[in-house]
Amino acid sequence: MATTASRIKRETRLRMYRTMVDCRLFETRAQELFFEGLVRGTTHLGIGQEAVAAGVAAAMRDDDYTFCTYRGHNHTLARGVPMGPIFAELFGRATGLMGGKGGSMHLTSVTHGAMGSYAIVGAHLPIALGAAWSAQYRKSGQVAVCFFGDGTTNIGAFHEALNMAAVWKAPVVFVCENNQYMEYTAIRDVTAVEHPAADRAAAYGLESILVDGNDVEAVHRVAAVAIDAARAGAGPALIEAVTYRHGGHSRADPGKYRPDDEVAAWKARDPLPAYRKRLLAEGIAEAELDALDGAARDAVAAAETEARAGPEPDAAVLETQVWTDGGSAWRN
Amino acid sequence: MAELTYRQAVAAGIAQEMARDPNVVLIGEDVGAAGGVFKLTEGLLDTFGPERVRDTPISEQAIVGAAMGAAMTGLRPIAELMFSDFFAVAWDMVANQIAKTRYMTDGQVSLPLVLRTANGAGLRFGAQHSQSVENWAMSIPGLKVVAPSTPADVVGLMAAAIRDPDPVVFCEHKALFAVKGEVPDGEHVVPLGQAAVLREGSDVTIVALAAMVPRALAAAERLAADHGISAEVIDLRCLVPLDAKTILASVEKTSRLFTIEENPRLCGWGAEIVSLIADDGFYSLDAPIVRITTPHIPLPSAATLEDLAVPSVERIVATIQRRLEEAK
Repeated sequence: MATTASRIKRETRLRMYRTMVDCRLFETRAQELFFEGLVRGTTHLGIGQEAVAAGVAAAMRDDDYTFCTYRGHNHTLARGVPMGPIFAELFGRATGLMGGKGGSMHLTSVTHGAMGSYAIVGAHLPIALGAAWSAQYRKSGQVAVCFFGDGTTNIGAFHEALNMAAVWKAPVVFVCENNQYMEYTAIRDVTAVEHPAADRAAAYGLESILVDGNDVEAVHRVAAVAIDAARAGAGPALIEAVTYRHGGHSRADPGKYRPDDEVAAWKARDPLPAYRKRLLAEGIAEAELDALDGAARDAVAAAETEARAGPEPDAAVLETQVWTDGGSAWRN
Repeated sequence: MAELTYRQAVAAGIAQEMARDPNVVLIGEDVGAAGGVFKLTEGLLDTFGPERVRDTPISEQAIVGAAMGAAMTGLRPIAELMFSDFFAVAWDMVANQIAKTRYMTDGQVSLPLVLRTANGAGLRFGAQHSQSVENWAMSIPGLKVVAPSTPADVVGLMAAAIRDPDPVVFCEHKALFAVKGEVPDGEHVVPLGQAAVLREGSDVTIVALAAMVPRALAAAERLAADHGISAEVIDLRCLVPLDAKTILASVEKTSRLFTIEENPRLCGWGAEIVSLIADDGFYSLDAPIVRITTPHIPLPSAATLEDLAVPSVERIVATIQRRLEEAK
């Protein structure tokens, strides 16, 4: 596991802590509201995996690009996208982040650099590569960061994107969030190598980077190195962050295919209380962390209230925004 | 006016737009140093350099996905899929990602990109390198679909496709690459969604696309000379957006409609034209609408069989003549 000893700025540490709390409280409430029937369709929660989104996001420039998956609430929140429109999108309201047309699996906020959540496994790796190529061509200094799960490492688009990114030296950082289960099947049971991303890095001439995905500071350090290098023209990186989802794959999946002792062991390594403990041990005042917790609780509550008040989508929007002219006409 | 081949017109159309807009870039397999396997992009690397004309590995998902990512972030990429059959390899990118993203994000994202591809039969390449797949793209909301039949339209529609703010699938027909035609001097742009009435007539309307257009014109000549039948020939040029008005106006005049389609029978673009006339032009009709298509088969390789499969001038003439006789 990669580590470096350099100290992370206090401001960054508090930001990462707050992001993790925001994600945890938002998703916990989203799950409750799913069971209440307010959130429809499906949700894929990243509870237990927040350190990856929080650690990487804190290493990004505001104008960098994030591409993530259908398990993308955390990565979207980590870019600063407000919770109210995200809740409203989950509720299917007109005030949703995408007006109710996208849903939980497609959260996008271009103004925050959150360039989409992609629900077909592997699709967004080539797309992130394309954004990175664009940044390279425009000499904008932007970097694209692409989050994906362990299951993605076995689909063709992963390999196509890694190869082309390496050949083109594109400024893209691929972050594999290895939560150890592709859906209901353990990744180790269906993968030829032990570390599904890190062990493949050599095939593309990339360094093998394995990091404890439950240690937000470790994640932040490796991400900062990779992002800075990509920005400087050194080309792509592939990071494998080992973590665990506390819940099931989606919706009401209880995740019973996982041994109880394994779940218990990983819950004992919950990244959020671990980070709180560490910050306290290193001199951050408890009152300061309590204040951040309280602010996050208030933000989630206010966002829920705001979203509940949002109207249903108007029928008039059904056939809008297929084309850039705002409409969907296919004939004259 | 300069005379160009359809093949040269592809490179000329791209060059016209690359010279005009530095955000236009081209990627694909063999498009750079090799100038394309069909020599459709010859000279572009020399003129515009390796940053704007990039060779890729054989990675259709990465090619199309990279074009999408670049289009989301300020470029106007052109991605070449060497054969249209290869769309199947990248169909998630085309159908799930590129076509849907603007709608799913409620308009946050525009995707000004062009997916160029060598489409259609005529070179005896067999079932996996000869298909006409325009209707695959036509069936997906969020894609525009263009298929020019002349060198002038290749240049003009290429320009419009590249300037369009939305994704365009641009079908270049393999059987037409050597065809020569006049191309206007200076900047040439043909708006998307405008069919061309290439021959006026009063007895029947023939609607055709791409390589079926010259066959429809030849058939119309013979119908006039041998059978005294006056055929109006419409080159659709675009399937999406579809110029319904031009077709409806023509059928109102002739009261008879034939579609000439290279695609296999089921769900070919002509079926949508028939549906359109059934909805909006039914009372103009004096006789059944007839679709002349490739049978519902994969394309064979042997020249004799491929020629039997794809609508020929002879089959078009014979079918129209027979159906008009039957209707008397």
